[in-house]
Amino acid sequence: MLRRKHKEDLGSAAYVGFFLAVRQIRRTSIWTNALVVCVMVLTFLNLVVVSGVLVGLIEGATQAVYKHYIGDVFITPLKEKNNIERSAIMMSTIRNIPGVESVSGRYLSSGNVEADYKRAKKNANDKGNEVSTLFAGIDPIDEDRVTGLSKLIVDGEYLNRNDYDQVVIGGMLLKKYLNFDSTTFPALADIGIGDKIRITVNGNVREVFVKGIVKSKVDEIDRRVFFVDSQFRGLAGRDDYNLGEVSIKVKPGFSPALVKQALIANNFDQYAVIKAGNEAEPKFIQDLRNTFSMLGTAISSIGLIVAAITIFIVIFINAVTRRKFIGILKGIGIRPATIEWAYIFQAFFYAIAGTLIGLLLVFGFLKPYFDVHPINFPFSDGILVATASGTIIRIAVLFLATLVAGYIPVKIITRQNTLDAILNR
Amino acid sequence: MIRARQLVKKFKNGNSELTVLKGVDFDVDDGEFISIIGRSGSGKSTLMYQLSLLDRPTSGTIEIGGRNTDILTDRERTILRLFELGYVFQDYALIPELSAIENVMIPLLEQGVNKIDAKKISAGVLERVELKEKFNNLPNQLSGGEQQRVSIARAMGHNPKILFADEPTANLDNDTSISILKTFKELHADGQTIIMVTHEPEYVQYTDRVVTLFDGNIVKNERQ
Repeated sequence: MLRRKHKEDLGSAAYVGFFLAVRQIRRTSIWTNALVVCVMVLTFLNLVVVSGVLVGLIEGATQAVYKHYIGDVFITPLKEKNNIERSAIMMSTIRNIPGVESVSGRYLSSGNVEADYKRAKKNANDKGNEVSTLFAGIDPIDEDRVTGLSKLIVDGEYLNRNDYDQVVIGGMLLKKYLNFDSTTFPALADIGIGDKIRITVNGNVREVFVKGIVKSKVDEIDRRVFFVDSQFRGLAGRDDYNLGEVSIKVKPGFSPALVKQALIANNFDQYAVIKAGNEAEPKFIQDLRNTFSMLGTAISSIGLIVAAITIFIVIFINAVTRRKFIGILKGIGIRPATIEWAYIFQAFFYAIAGTLIGLLLVFGFLKPYFDVHPINFPFSDGILVATASGTIIRIAVLFLATLVAGYIPVKIITRQNTLDAILNR
Repeated sequence: MIRARQLVKKFKNGNSELTVLKGVDFDVDDGEFISIIGRSGSGKSTLMYQLSLLDRPTSGTIEIGGRNTDILTDRERTILRLFELGYVFQDYALIPELSAIENVMIPLLEQGVNKIDAKKISAGVLERVELKEKFNNLPNQLSGGEQQRVSIARAMGHNPKILFADEPTANLDNDTSISILKTFKELHADGQTIIMVTHEPEYVQYTDRVVTLFDGNIVKNERQ
């Protein structure tokens, strides 16, 4: 006869519990298993996708700002200055810094745009069809390399270096492209491609044609009028070649911080404010991101509680309907701990299956899909933000909830009188 | 082997109290095959539940192998059941998700026997109850008699000191019942102590001793 020793340790109970769990899962109806796994998948998606979309809403807006406006390194004038001094030398230096893919300098000046200006004003209160805005003189090719501005043209055409008296105008300056009617954002009425508008910059008045209309989800772009830089310098009186802002795009794999360091090493920080990466991000965006993240977590937490209750009910119903067999197992000497392990393993199986399918859906389908087809929110192209660390934390929380929700019901059943359970009374 | 003294078992039913066992004294010696008979409600199953540690008496003492079971915790009673007692239930009580051999393996695995040895032992016991071809059948793929044989194999697999059988033939036809009783007889011949509750007087002939209960008292205790 084999020597039999009762191993009372946790491992022994877990081993026999696993033996029972595997067989219970394998021989449970496929539809029951599918239903429970489906609940777990939805729970996982609720945990990851809801907060991911909320954060992605802000992330989409932030990414658009970086992609279409700030770039990887953003240079602006010192606080007390209107322009960046020694811009020409700086631009030449930037182009020679290793890792810089492209750079765009913008001449900036505020001014006025008028449409329908030949019409006589009705009275003193008639403000006409005009708006005040910021003008940007750009090298169309450099700007396109850094921000992809040409891809944001929704009507008409993008600028060429040789364009004369032609502008690209931001959609938020035109009523037709404004999504809302607000006195906060005065806009020009009845302006389209080829129409003539009158601009006033630095006291100089000029008539130009609208060549293209640019529309993005970055206000700084959508409320600007873009000129070819060679034209604009004369108009704005920037004979000193000093720029209003510079955006730098860094080659993949290179650090924007190193480019910033190279500029500081050349003492350009004495003439400009140089920001790399998210340093240039406005604080309100960081606050918004944190707020939406908290909101997502709060919504996910409710989802998690619902999921925990669902798991509890599923395991509880399973345990109650199997109460007699739990009693029989106890009757033949199977410890409650072993039975509890069996149900915990089942709960974990459902959590693992749900999580794996959920991961596949999120990272194999939803995230790539939303990266290519962002959700068209009014103020941003929302993407799905699902980081590895955030997902791991959510998986851990889901497993913890599963453990508790799986353990409590079976503990309730195993604590009941063995004979009562066997006799179903 | 078993020494029970002044066993009383009362059940509460609302405000009233029902006394099912009224001070029963009962001894079982090593290697005996005892049948407990009596009318429905006489207390025979209740007596067996107390003796087999599935329930606790309201008062009285039960010693198994010289050990006072009254002072044992639920956990200690579970371990005692695992190592020293075996059960054959009226409705077979097999775990539906486990195959015949897995049902037999479970108590062995719980004892700490490794899976390979547990399988070997279980196969041997199932062969002994003539279920060699049905090792991997689930309970719902077995007839009533076959299920009861698996139940006997499960009760025997871990080599218990005492085998309890609660009306093991109640759900079986006559031929199958006799076949099951013959199996018990063979086990008894090998030295197994068996206590069987039955309501069929014709089956007591397979046992050494017949204990008759009436209204919660032992009224007859005869050796055959």
